[in-house]
Amino acid sequence: MIGADPAAAAAHPGRARADEPFDPSAAAARATEAILHDTLHGADRGVVVDSPPGAGKSTLVVRAARELAAAGRPLMVVAQTNAQVDDLVDRLATADPDLPVGRLHSSDPHPYDPVLDGHESVRTSAKIADLAGLDIVVSTAAKWAHIKHVEPWRHAIVDEAYQMRSDALLAVAGLFERALFVGDPGQLDPFSVVGADQWAGLSYDPSASAVTTLLAHNPRLPQHRLPVSWRLPASAAPLVSHAFYPYTPFRSGTGHGERRLSFGVASDGSGPDRVLDEAAASGWGLLELPARRTPRTDPEAVAAVAQVVRRLLDRGAVAVSERSGEPQPVAADRIAVGTAHRDQAAAVRAALAGLGVSGVTVDTANRLQGREFDVTVVLHPLSGRPDATAFHLETGRLCVLASRHRQACVVVCRAGVAELLDEHPSTEPVQLGVTVKFPDGWEANHAVLAHLAEHRVAWRP
Amino acid sequence: MSLITTLARMEAVREGRAQPLTTVRHRHLSARPLAFVPLTTAGEAGAPLGALVGTDRDAPRLLIVAQPRDRDLRFAFLAELAEEIQPYLDSYADEVELEERKETDPETGKKVPVQVELCQDAPQLLVPSAAGVAFVRLLGRSMRFRRTAEQDPETPFPAPARVPLLGRWLTHYGERARVPGSCLLLSLTELLSRHWATGQSNLEDQHLGSLLAWIDPPEGVPGAEAALRAESERDANGQLRCPPAGPSTDPAFDNKLLAPAMSRYDAARAEASQGVAGGGARLRLAEAELRGLIESQLRPTWDALWRGVDLLRALPEGARVADRWKRDRWSYTGHRDRVRAGEPPQPKLDDAVTAAQKLAARETAQAQLEAHEALDDPLVMAGRRLAGEAFAGEVIDVEMAWSDAKVPRPRPLVTIRTEDRPHLAERVKLHRVTDDGRAQSGEFAGFADMDGADEADGADVAEGPGDAHGQGRALVVRLTGGMGRGKQPEPGTVPEKGDRVCWTLFEHAPRGGPELPDPESTPWTHGGPPDAAAPAQGPQPDPMTEEDYL
Repeated sequence: MIGADPAAAAAHPGRARADEPFDPSAAAARATEAILHDTLHGADRGVVVDSPPGAGKSTLVVRAARELAAAGRPLMVVAQTNAQVDDLVDRLATADPDLPVGRLHSSDPHPYDPVLDGHESVRTSAKIADLAGLDIVVSTAAKWAHIKHVEPWRHAIVDEAYQMRSDALLAVAGLFERALFVGDPGQLDPFSVVGADQWAGLSYDPSASAVTTLLAHNPRLPQHRLPVSWRLPASAAPLVSHAFYPYTPFRSGTGHGERRLSFGVASDGSGPDRVLDEAAASGWGLLELPARRTPRTDPEAVAAVAQVVRRLLDRGAVAVSERSGEPQPVAADRIAVGTAHRDQAAAVRAALAGLGVSGVTVDTANRLQGREFDVTVVLHPLSGRPDATAFHLETGRLCVLASRHRQACVVVCRAGVAELLDEHPSTEPVQLGVTVKFPDGWEANHAVLAHLAEHRVAWRP
Repeated sequence: MSLITTLARMEAVREGRAQPLTTVRHRHLSARPLAFVPLTTAGEAGAPLGALVGTDRDAPRLLIVAQPRDRDLRFAFLAELAEEIQPYLDSYADEVELEERKETDPETGKKVPVQVELCQDAPQLLVPSAAGVAFVRLLGRSMRFRRTAEQDPETPFPAPARVPLLGRWLTHYGERARVPGSCLLLSLTELLSRHWATGQSNLEDQHLGSLLAWIDPPEGVPGAEAALRAESERDANGQLRCPPAGPSTDPAFDNKLLAPAMSRYDAARAEASQGVAGGGARLRLAEAELRGLIESQLRPTWDALWRGVDLLRALPEGARVADRWKRDRWSYTGHRDRVRAGEPPQPKLDDAVTAAQKLAARETAQAQLEAHEALDDPLVMAGRRLAGEAFAGEVIDVEMAWSDAKVPRPRPLVTIRTEDRPHLAERVKLHRVTDDGRAQSGEFAGFADMDGADEADGADVAEGPGDAHGQGRALVVRLTGGMGRGKQPEPGTVPEKGDRVCWTLFEHAPRGGPELPDPESTPWTHGGPPDAAAPAQGPQPDPMTEEDYL
């Protein structure tokens, strides 16, 4: 870590002075006002907003879209996946049932979530001509890229811009004159299945993120940051902020004690129960299995993950949060399991099915991006591995896995990851002209591990 | 590394011999490839030391640069190289067939069919290793911006004729080699390690000698031992018995043999230029000595390269290889046309649109290659099945059904019994090729109950999806396409009870990316249109770097 305290170094307009008590709502409101002002009245062609996990990015997008529409400026919205588009359209239509919104979709069967058919003001079509004249048209970057020969929109909102590849932006940037780019710089970077080293260091490297290219060519664009995570509890925000956003810190919207997790059934003293108690008390739990090199779908670790989920449900977990005064049961749909690889997710699903658990979301970090749950159980990406490759060290992967929860996060891992990290410093070749990303995955992994070590429950299954 | 490759490598260790990863050859091999085995000088990027080149395995042409730091000698070498390679490249240019292609008519803006030429075959360059491919690229880059006296009488150091042209071709071949599955420029190490798994690491597989030692070890010698010998066995003078495949040379060779011989050459050359008696003869002697030394490093690699070609030729070619080779022929024909049209050499750096186009094309090619290889080769498909990306099994039930649309379409439900464990979720799209080679699409519709007799069979695999609910491993697939246009599926398009079918979760003919804007309309997010004032002959040399040729 570099000498100066990054939290102190990064001054921010949305931040209250140190002698005043921190008011998260006021700080977030100030940041939002500044963003909307630049979007609606600024002279620049683009505005970039960095949003840490759960900082109200979707709320901001919905609000900005509505205000632009209300000001008589029709706009297009670019999101990255169909699920994101459907979610956004649903939020827009719920927030303002009279707002005419278009959902541009593909011509595949089942192209959009049928929930959209329930909104009267939402029109869906695979042809842009059918949606002409609507205040807001929303679609994926992939679908927008096929739209040709239309009058450019004066405004656009690009959602999840850090997960959008530069070449995808190239394909759609001709459709709008100016845009608001919103995204989380800490999540997974876009990737390519073929090598793109030959363009590394070019300002328009097609495999880089859209924001990287945008800012390389337009360095003076106003950049904003949302300062408060409403999702992460007070126990998690400092760690995630310190480990993954060291130069752009954020705070949690809730204080210690505002969220509580408790169980109706007492612990039976087993590893899974003890780690759940630790997580309920502190927000974090590390269930550490004995050190061992294993295949990716480590049967013991997979079984341990499933066991933790089973006990979480069996013990009648209830959560208290600022959303409602009453304790709410943590049902299966409020729980997620996160893994690094698809085969691990498949193995966990099978193990859960074997324990009779259904309804729990089990997916890879890539697919959990943007999702939110009460409790998450994470199979550590480096658990049981003989090596630490760039894939497993990627900062964004761990950041996504460690920032999906509102209450608590349990990490299941083999012992020895710290030693593994020390044996595998990053070996990626240095490319001229490429901005080095801080923190690197090695540093972030160590920061998270050091914190988790304080909440460790050793267990031999 | 996939599970099946790991398994093959472990088997290779146990057997002491490389194990096949494929049952067919997944790359095109020309009947008359041009082999190119280059060597480079230590310490100076892009300074060739020598090369063996030719299409006749028994009579390669040896080219050397006796003093690699001498630019005149380097140019002489490049001129000779062009003399050898360029006629080969040109020899495929005139045998053409006509293909119909849709092009946009500039006047009406409509797509109209036009007849265009496509070369019947294309020249193929083979190099020993991946580093050789990179060297071809480097040579191309150092040559294509040179100017001949004919092109520019004012140029201070005119390049010999053909050198810039060869630079453009080598650049094209080097760039094409980045497209997955392309075969214009291939390295033997990559070819061989695609088709065999050895008991050593991927890094070690880049050594052609030890790779061949695993694939085809001498009688009675285990692969590991043969590979170790190939890598490190030295003779009494401390020289490697199997020199590295280049283009880098062995430091022991550089220090003990090459450097003294080069000093003798330099001395003789100085004497000859001063007119010392006998200097000319000593110069010829010193050059002959260098030729012998460099050939001693090149020849074993040359022979190894052709041995590798023999091994690969023994494999039958995959059914879809010719389709992909046709794309290589288009690539060759396209470059031929650009050269004939007098277009300038490829720019030093791609512009934003070109870079994005190349990346999209390569991603499509990668997906297509992976699908083709799996469809052409049951062993590759087995790897995909093991990875949960495909499944094969027997049809145990077919139930006709139709869609709810106004004009109902056939949507038969096919139940398949399989031992595989694909990563399926509701409505996952599935693809297969019918027996007569047509594409069929479907979607996963759920697990089916199996007969009571089958339950015992399912019990030994405890954790499969569905097994926990006692459903057995029978998957239901709803066919969604490939059945013709009518209300009834065309005969033979719906599998029947007892048929063996193989469905994949990956597409077989992945779509390419969207059309990108013209470079002239590059948007503001990507820096706007490229600078039209940029010099057409590549950027100006860096003023801070002497001899900025690359």
